[in-house]
Amino acid sequence: MTSTGTEQGEATVPPQGPDEKPVPQSSRSRRAARVAEAASAGVKVLLVKIALLSIVDAISVYALMVLFLREDWLVFGAVLVVTLIVNWIYFSRAKLPAKYLAPGLIFLLIFQVFVIGYTGYIAFTNYGTGHNSDKPDAVNALIVSSQQRVPDSPTYDLTVVERLGMYSFLVTDPDGEISVGGTDAPLSPVTDATVDDSGKAVELPGYTSLAFSDIVANQEAIAALSVPLSDDPNDGTLRTPDGSSAYLYLSDLVYDEAAGTMTNTTTNVVYTDNGETGSFVAADGTELLPGWKVNVGLANFAEAFGSESIRGPLISVTLWTFAFAFLSVLTTFALGLFLAIVFNNLRMRGRNFYRVVLILPYAFPAFLSALVWAGMLNPQFGFVNQVLFGGAEIPWLTNEWLAKFSIIFVNLWLGFPYMFLVCTGALQSIPEEIQEAATVDGARSGQIFRLIKLPLLLVSVAPLLISSFAFNFNNFNLIYMLTNGGPRDVTAGVNVGATDILISMVYKVAFVGASRDYGLASAFSIIIFLLVAIVSIISFKQTKALEELN
Amino acid sequence: MMVNKKGLLAAGAVAVAASLALAGCSGGSTSDDSKAASGSETLTVWVDADRAAVLKEAAAAFTKESGVTVKLVQKDFAKIQEEFIAQVPTDKGPDVTIAAHDWLGNFVSNGVVQPVELGDTATDFQQVAVTAMSVEGKTYGVPYSVESIALLRNTALAPTAPATYDDMIAAGTAAGTEFPFLVQVGPESDPYHLYPFQTSFGAPVFGTNDDGSYNAADLSIGNAGGEAYAAWLAKEGAAGHLSVNVTSDIAKEKFNAGASPFLITGPWNVPDAQKAGIDVAIDPIPSAGGSPAQPFVGVQGFVVSAKSKNALAANEFLVNYIGSEKVQTELYEIGGRAPALTSAFEAASSDPITAGFGAVAAEAVPMPSIPQMGKVWQFWGVTEAAIITGAGDSTQLWQKMTADIQAAIK
Repeated sequence: MTSTGTEQGEATVPPQGPDEKPVPQSSRSRRAARVAEAASAGVKVLLVKIALLSIVDAISVYALMVLFLREDWLVFGAVLVVTLIVNWIYFSRAKLPAKYLAPGLIFLLIFQVFVIGYTGYIAFTNYGTGHNSDKPDAVNALIVSSQQRVPDSPTYDLTVVERLGMYSFLVTDPDGEISVGGTDAPLSPVTDATVDDSGKAVELPGYTSLAFSDIVANQEAIAALSVPLSDDPNDGTLRTPDGSSAYLYLSDLVYDEAAGTMTNTTTNVVYTDNGETGSFVAADGTELLPGWKVNVGLANFAEAFGSESIRGPLISVTLWTFAFAFLSVLTTFALGLFLAIVFNNLRMRGRNFYRVVLILPYAFPAFLSALVWAGMLNPQFGFVNQVLFGGAEIPWLTNEWLAKFSIIFVNLWLGFPYMFLVCTGALQSIPEEIQEAATVDGARSGQIFRLIKLPLLLVSVAPLLISSFAFNFNNFNLIYMLTNGGPRDVTAGVNVGATDILISMVYKVAFVGASRDYGLASAFSIIIFLLVAIVSIISFKQTKALEELN
Repeated sequence: MMVNKKGLLAAGAVAVAASLALAGCSGGSTSDDSKAASGSETLTVWVDADRAAVLKEAAAAFTKESGVTVKLVQKDFAKIQEEFIAQVPTDKGPDVTIAAHDWLGNFVSNGVVQPVELGDTATDFQQVAVTAMSVEGKTYGVPYSVESIALLRNTALAPTAPATYDDMIAAGTAAGTEFPFLVQVGPESDPYHLYPFQTSFGAPVFGTNDDGSYNAADLSIGNAGGEAYAAWLAKEGAAGHLSVNVTSDIAKEKFNAGASPFLITGPWNVPDAQKAGIDVAIDPIPSAGGSPAQPFVGVQGFVVSAKSKNALAANEFLVNYIGSEKVQTELYEIGGRAPALTSAFEAASSDPITAGFGAVAAEAVPMPSIPQMGKVWQFWGVTEAAIITGAGDSTQLWQKMTADIQAAIK
């Protein structure tokens, strides 16, 4: 009955259904009926609540068990705390604001705070191609891939045998010679083995032969077996990739766990972990890959500002990013507002039809539109040049300034319906009386717009303009699909073109080909985040001033 | 009314909390998979949707024989490379995944794959497929298909295969069509589709070692042949045979409309051309510089995760099941790419289109999978485009590009 109290506290008037019962006469019976009704409603709510919360708790308990078994204590703690808080909030009588806010806050934590925090963490590591795991994985991968099959060595037919819990290899070489050996015992010839029709030794007295299912069940141990061919380790070792045949391998890398070094046995080069780069490095600077993920401090930020390929274009790219975002907002807002005013005029016929048509560009996926525009702006075959300009070869996307113009133009086409929508809404919320009063006072329509409507409009639209600026600041899709940042000056030697904005430049610099430098990309993301945040804060301050005007 | 509002609120809130709890255990449920895998009886295989149907049968046969369950997980092919690299280190990756050979350099430098021992079956595959699946002399995957571009010829417009580039232009001009021949170039050029012409001038991107693998230290793109190729690009650009305005869509559309007798493209564009009513023949790409015109070949196959707990079962499955003629043939029938297994390829060659592309692929060179290759593209295409549009002296631009690549891969 926990919730009934709250219910009563808030519901000063009892709920009145359409199927109202005859009103009780005495105040006493009225009160009794009210309590009964509230209580029955409360029970329903309570049952639903308990059912839903028990589902949540059941899932949470399952998650906690799994996390406990995985010994993933951080996530375990987080899930536990959140589950407790959720239960506490929804089972308590009060805390109505928390009941409304909790879902939003949880989303905020998962999708905003956590993501930003994790990006911040990655920005201080060298996470990326060649450094995507921990050191034991890297050592393992290096050792595994340093196993080199001895050239022209034969294939040995293999039966895996077991004695006293130790696995051995019973091998038949191509000449029919049969021998047996284990990890500590080099191959030695045997004569008393049972041989099958093909001449392959399949059994040996004193040993148990393993069937394939047994091999599969113990494959980690068997795959790790390496049987020396002879007492001389330089002859190589036999290993099996599949449990039925063995091959002779030599490894040219040896890991010294105590010293933490890798040694190449053929060249005798020693690679040491210098503790900085997250990899084994030789004295002459050659690096063994894969390495592992380490904390690199501010190195990514230093590279973002220090390396030649980034520093050179950074200023022009930043300027263009601001120009692009600002012009995009300005042009789309101007056109959207103009159309909104036009279609807000009651004398206009077929307004609804035009409105629907105008919103169409907004309904297409933006990246698809960008691709279509790229085709239409093709100098030789594109619709624009062929039809609108009579076959002139205007390089819309390959001339530096025309490409910038095209980007803004296409973005205008993509973006004005949004501005049209919000301006229409805002205009319609301005009371007609104000306009009438102004007309009576003798104001001309230009004055009414400039002095009354626009300021009122800006109060509600300005925050959207700011968010539109932030969106266009990172409008990767449009740039990537329309020009891919081009045209590029090939003599500059940097992979950054005339229409690259910051985010597309980051993509090109941090993700070259298939190699990924997540650390550098994260560092850049934080820089861009700070830029956008500063611009937004300043703009919102300005908007506040606008509101006070009101 | 109050009741409903509160009920709604509670439901919403609880749904959110549920989603949180789910988020918490989504990590958990995947760990279950890996635990099942480390229980050593389940082999998890990532495969794209097209290939999954074929593998299902091979997997069933394997399970019957070995008792190892094969769990096929469908993935979007384009995303596999990144997800595999990201997930293998966390122990959540699969034991085996489908892969393109040019991902291998990246896989190896991230330490997420382990070598596969083809043993004596190595010779059963086409040489170029095994070479492509190798990094530094070690084979990392079992190939199942080879694919390259070739010359599509509209037999109604050009009855015979051209022997040289000049022959092709002459035949194309004689046909009186809008374009003597078509190849997609685009505003940032398309070095992949133009590569056969580049190799015909004796200017591969990287030199090769004795075993056919690429040597990153030997950047041969800027040799004398490269400069001759650059001059050729400028000449053909000026003559209008190569144009940055011809994108992949336009090239395909024009060829299907009969606006050119020749198109350099891959098998993926053949069905549409045939649908457009064109009788297509597949020919080797004619040489422009005198040496054989070798396109890049792309090889697809399966690789084993470095952290697989089922290495033996994975090897067995790949070598003896994926590598079998039956499975290779079935994969060919689904995807239409020439099989990598020689015997399956010979069987598939009864189809002239497959035979034509297969013959070109067999003589082609693998697309370099070494990590340095990733740094070549960013300079390569734009420079070709600049030369084709006549934006500067071809030799100077080409040498500038070579210097930029050299600086990027050092």
